[in-house]
Amino acid sequence: MNLSDSRTIKADIDTVWAALLSADVLKECVPGCQEMTGSPEDGFQAVVVQKVGPVKATFKGEVELREMQPPHSVKIVGAGKGGAAGFAKGGADVRLDADGDSTVLQYDVEAKVGGKLAQLGSRIIDGFAKKMADEFFTRFQNALEEPDEDETEAEEETARKGWFKRLVS
Amino acid sequence: MPKDEGIGASSKRREDLRFLTGKGKYTDDINLQGQAYAYFIRSDVAHGTINSIDTSAAEKMPGVEKVFTAADFEGVGGVPCGWQVTDRFGEVMQEPKHPVLAEGKVRHVGDPIAVVVADSLSEARDAAEAVEIDITELEPVLNMKDALKDGATKVHDDLTSNLCYDWGFVEENRDAVDAAIKGAHHVTTLELKNNRLVANPMEPRVAVAEFDSSTDDYTLYTTSQNPHVIRLLMGAFVLGIPEHKLRVVAPDVGGGFGAKIYHYAEEAFCTFAAKAVGRPVKWTSSRSEAFMSDAHGRDHVTKIELAMDKDGQFLALRTDTHANMGAYLSTFAPSIPTWLHGTLMAGNYKTPLIYVNVKAVFTNTVPVDAYRGAGRPEATFQLERVVDKAAREMGIDPIELRRRNFITEFPYATPVAVEYDTGDYHATMDKLLEMSDHAGFEKRAAESKKNGKLRGFGIAHYIEACGIAPSNLVGQLGARAGLYESATVRVNATGSISVMTGSHSHGQGHETSFAQVVADMIGVDEAQIDIIHGDTGRGPMGMGTYGSRSIAVGGSAMVRATEKIINKAKKIAAHLMEASEGDIELKDGAFTVAGTDKSVAWGDVTLAAYVPHNYPLEDIEPGLEETAFYDPANFTYPSGAYGCEVEVDPETGKVTVLAFSAADDFGNIINPMIVEGQVHGGLAQGIGQALVENCAYDENGQLLSGSYMDYTMPRADDLPMFNVDHSSITPCTHNPLGVKGCGEAGAIGSPPALVSAVVDALQRAGHTDVTHIDMPLTPDRVWAAMKS
Repeated sequence: MNLSDSRTIKADIDTVWAALLSADVLKECVPGCQEMTGSPEDGFQAVVVQKVGPVKATFKGEVELREMQPPHSVKIVGAGKGGAAGFAKGGADVRLDADGDSTVLQYDVEAKVGGKLAQLGSRIIDGFAKKMADEFFTRFQNALEEPDEDETEAEEETARKGWFKRLVS
Repeated sequence: MPKDEGIGASSKRREDLRFLTGKGKYTDDINLQGQAYAYFIRSDVAHGTINSIDTSAAEKMPGVEKVFTAADFEGVGGVPCGWQVTDRFGEVMQEPKHPVLAEGKVRHVGDPIAVVVADSLSEARDAAEAVEIDITELEPVLNMKDALKDGATKVHDDLTSNLCYDWGFVEENRDAVDAAIKGAHHVTTLELKNNRLVANPMEPRVAVAEFDSSTDDYTLYTTSQNPHVIRLLMGAFVLGIPEHKLRVVAPDVGGGFGAKIYHYAEEAFCTFAAKAVGRPVKWTSSRSEAFMSDAHGRDHVTKIELAMDKDGQFLALRTDTHANMGAYLSTFAPSIPTWLHGTLMAGNYKTPLIYVNVKAVFTNTVPVDAYRGAGRPEATFQLERVVDKAAREMGIDPIELRRRNFITEFPYATPVAVEYDTGDYHATMDKLLEMSDHAGFEKRAAESKKNGKLRGFGIAHYIEACGIAPSNLVGQLGARAGLYESATVRVNATGSISVMTGSHSHGQGHETSFAQVVADMIGVDEAQIDIIHGDTGRGPMGMGTYGSRSIAVGGSAMVRATEKIINKAKKIAAHLMEASEGDIELKDGAFTVAGTDKSVAWGDVTLAAYVPHNYPLEDIEPGLEETAFYDPANFTYPSGAYGCEVEVDPETGKVTVLAFSAADDFGNIINPMIVEGQVHGGLAQGIGQALVENCAYDENGQLLSGSYMDYTMPRADDLPMFNVDHSSITPCTHNPLGVKGCGEAGAIGSPPALVSAVVDALQRAGHTDVTHIDMPLTPDRVWAAMKS
């Protein structure tokens, strides 16, 4: 399955780029991520717990960053094995374009599943993948953006928003 | 007046008492002292190279006995194929090795790679998670036509291509058929797919094996339709165990439909592992495993051409079929698209020239083999659909076109090498038209129209070759086994009778119908007779149940053995009554001397046989037990006319089957109620194929329909009340009961009738460009056809 979307993030392009390469950011943004270690150069190792329809599994996987053109584009390629649940793998072509103080992030995601995930979850996998991508980029956006002035969210939530930007700025 | 007992009576199925009260004893009910549990680790990719398998962590896990991989099976044979097809150039088919566990490569999702054997199933499953398997994925081979192109990725690197064989039948007729088609008044062409199916017996497969180190005896309990064949294949070809050291038991089996004919890797694994770990080993398939490891059915892609003269007389028929074999050759796979398919292409019609071409192709999918009907549904579907299309093109009523071409004289030798012994196709057609109130159809169609629905009627006339099969013939055709059947009739001292049959019952009701035959012949109560099957330790070598062969071949063997019993019993009776053997008559369980009032009861004779105090010991041996092997002289040829009436919702494309009528000629009938049940089951599966069932793979070779969430089974509300008749009887001429077999007919005749009915409904509504829709006829496909 394939899906594409774009987001405008209220942060400059170098900040967004740095966030994309950070294991900590990835850990925070990948839904269900339990562990994320490694570096952009050597790749990341991840443990992700997810439930796809009736199948719940712990995926152990590798994430590689390929074709890096800082700070403009990168291809993120990942594959995770979920034991008896099967596997999931995919890639995302991510492009960044500066737009004033903001950055436009465009992505094309391609995902494949196999084994029990395909046997039991094929009907719902498209929706699932879209949900995962949406959640990832929403979290990613939240990690970078300052809280809105008029936002009245709980203090803890406010504190979380923009945490990466505060860290690097 | 219906009979109460014996041949022709609707005796209630005695086995149902235990099935319906939960007392059936299935393989999974068998638990052996100290057994370990096997959990199979299966490939989750369609095609790949196995780089490494690391079992070290798993072997240290709690409860783990051993983790097996292909390395443990060095020197062990592969899972054998039981039929070798010779192609149209005289070369034998390409036959790849089918290892018990994948060696070097995985070739379909579900291909077993490693097995954990542990104290409990949960420990085995946990340890399986710790087995590290590194596989490099390869491009999967999925589309059959692409698979045959030059340079295509190969499923088996050691074969020259993905082509198993290119079969032509009858090859000598090829040019004549081509010429006849070229010169014909009209040729109707139809391209179609026969959709891939999963058999889905209610009981998944199970194997439990034990090894007795004190005697070197192995016992395997398995869900099989033919335990003797499993003993032969597994003993001789896989594990090298001689028959006298291997007992195979198939106890109550909850449905087979073909998928339990074959010898599977899991059976060989458990038997092998039981010795290796020194304790019994049990494997129970999950439903998910069944979807990706039970042999699938059908999966043909066909182009068929029918040439006619101006009056609609059939002149020639040519077919071009690609048949999917899957990744390995299942036990009987090569025979299905060839000898069980090409030989039926004449159908009920006197087409003088026929040429059938079949290319069998390896793909990265689950192996494909016989499924209820096995080749004959594929033959019937394409033939009846092309006849239906031809009728429209020629402007001749489809019933009339069939009648013009019906074979009417018997025996009839077809141009595809079989000889039909009997049949009366006009009689079954007449019966069908009466049963289905064909005359009232237009009125019903007008009624539907008023309600905004499209009504259609479809007809199919089928023939099948059953009673499989004459051994000398199938031997010439490449079978690596004989296809006779055996029976031992053991009369006990008090007169009760144990019949050991090589046929296997997994829903067919043999325990009832077979007993009716013997009861009828001797004249004793059916309750005095037990039918024993499914245990190589109890009965003589048998070939099992498939191809609607049980009553025609197994029943005939039982008749022959019972005749021997009666002959011997008459000798004993003659001695007891001091009469001449020729004057002895057996009636209602008593022996009499013709023309006298002398009589001796069955029980007195049987007792004399075992207590031979007053007995002709100089002439005959004591005891009363006889065995017969019966090898049929020909196939049997059941036939019938099927009619389907549907309503299509023009808004949604949903098809509702309103009525289904089946007029069959099964020859003589032993138990009408059981026959009716067999037809009902066959119709449900045929309508399931035509309406809802479909096994789907994605472009990566992932099995998408791997559960009942995505593989739709027919349900009661998909089916109408069936209208079934089998009063048109032309008895088989060459077996002693005059029977033809009824197990598969429903699944053979129904799909074309249903599809033709839907096409008829659409045509009547003005969709004249819709001449065919591929099965299953789901609402979206029918809707798309209407909008095209």
